[in-house]
Amino acid sequence: MNRLALFIPLALFVGLSLVLLFGLDKDPTDLPSALVGEAFPVFNLPSLKDEQNVVTEQDFNGEVVLVNVWATWCFACRIEHPMLNKLSEQGVKIIGLNYKDQRAGALAWLAERGDPYQFNIFDAKGSLGIDLGVYGAPETYLVDADGIIRHRRVGVVDDRVWESEFRAIYEQITGTEQ
Amino acid sequence: MRLAILLLLSLFTFAASTEVVKSTEAAGSLEAIKGAEVVAFSDEALRPRYHQLLQELRCPKCQNQNLADSNSPISQDLRREIQRMLEEQMTDKQIKDYLKSRYSEFILYRPEVNKNTWLLWGSPMLVVLLGLLILLRHNRQPEPSADKEVPKANKEAPSNTSDQQRLAELLGDKENHQ
Repeated sequence: MNRLALFIPLALFVGLSLVLLFGLDKDPTDLPSALVGEAFPVFNLPSLKDEQNVVTEQDFNGEVVLVNVWATWCFACRIEHPMLNKLSEQGVKIIGLNYKDQRAGALAWLAERGDPYQFNIFDAKGSLGIDLGVYGAPETYLVDADGIIRHRRVGVVDDRVWESEFRAIYEQITGTEQ
Repeated sequence: MRLAILLLLSLFTFAASTEVVKSTEAAGSLEAIKGAEVVAFSDEALRPRYHQLLQELRCPKCQNQNLADSNSPISQDLRREIQRMLEEQMTDKQIKDYLKSRYSEFILYRPEVNKNTWLLWGSPMLVVLLGLLILLRHNRQPEPSADKEVPKANKEAPSNTSDQQRLAELLGDKENHQ
């Protein structure tokens, strides 16, 4: 009994080491999303291309869409943009959420880099951003035909992320092979 | 008696530590908010609540800073949002729930007690209980001084009857095996 008790510190040490070891693999910036499984928030904002034109969540037309949060001040969005162009060419419907940006700059960006978006929501004050819990751009939401958020990605969507995180859900909810 | 004193002491330190927490919180709320925003309230009674909330809510972007400390755009937006909600007569709980539904529990620096956090909240109590348990066991054992002197004096020749018996047993055992 007493001899076994001598091993208690060792056992504690090994236990703590294991806990810390598993902690190493975790990305602390990867926050749990409160919105997956919830309806896309109701909004009412001007579109990017036409100030007079007001867009709402009804404009998703009950289709499966990707909602991509972007801005010209966001460096990683530059890296992500070609991927969005590619997905759009493959028939994925993408809605842009231009987040806390300048209208002229954003339009110039689309003219220069191509426009993969069905339309863009112009959220100058970040109000829809707050309702979505956006804390950094780019962010991408997969919304199903019922307007329910099925997946959220904070950070760049590239081929690897699309394959590992989005593709299976996308094919499942659209019922197609991409 | 000794136990009673210990208990009292531990209660005092417990009370003192909560006092310290309270006073640091009070000092924190007096600190200026980053970016030196001038916040005007229709009712000055809202101001202490505003400061308290900023202390207890976490910036989702710049981790390990609260909303009062952080100068990031998202924190500025959230501060404005909190001010708006306070003016709308929302309770602290409503405001926290509003943010939690968007940014998940991560945003609460004072996590709620639930199935994920009960261990976190309960561990101080568990440690105290464990300590008391060890103390009780320790006190219940007979005074060690009388016990220890016997083997010391007879280090060379164990005259204790039970030791003799054991010795005979061991030797006898050995002979039988040979």
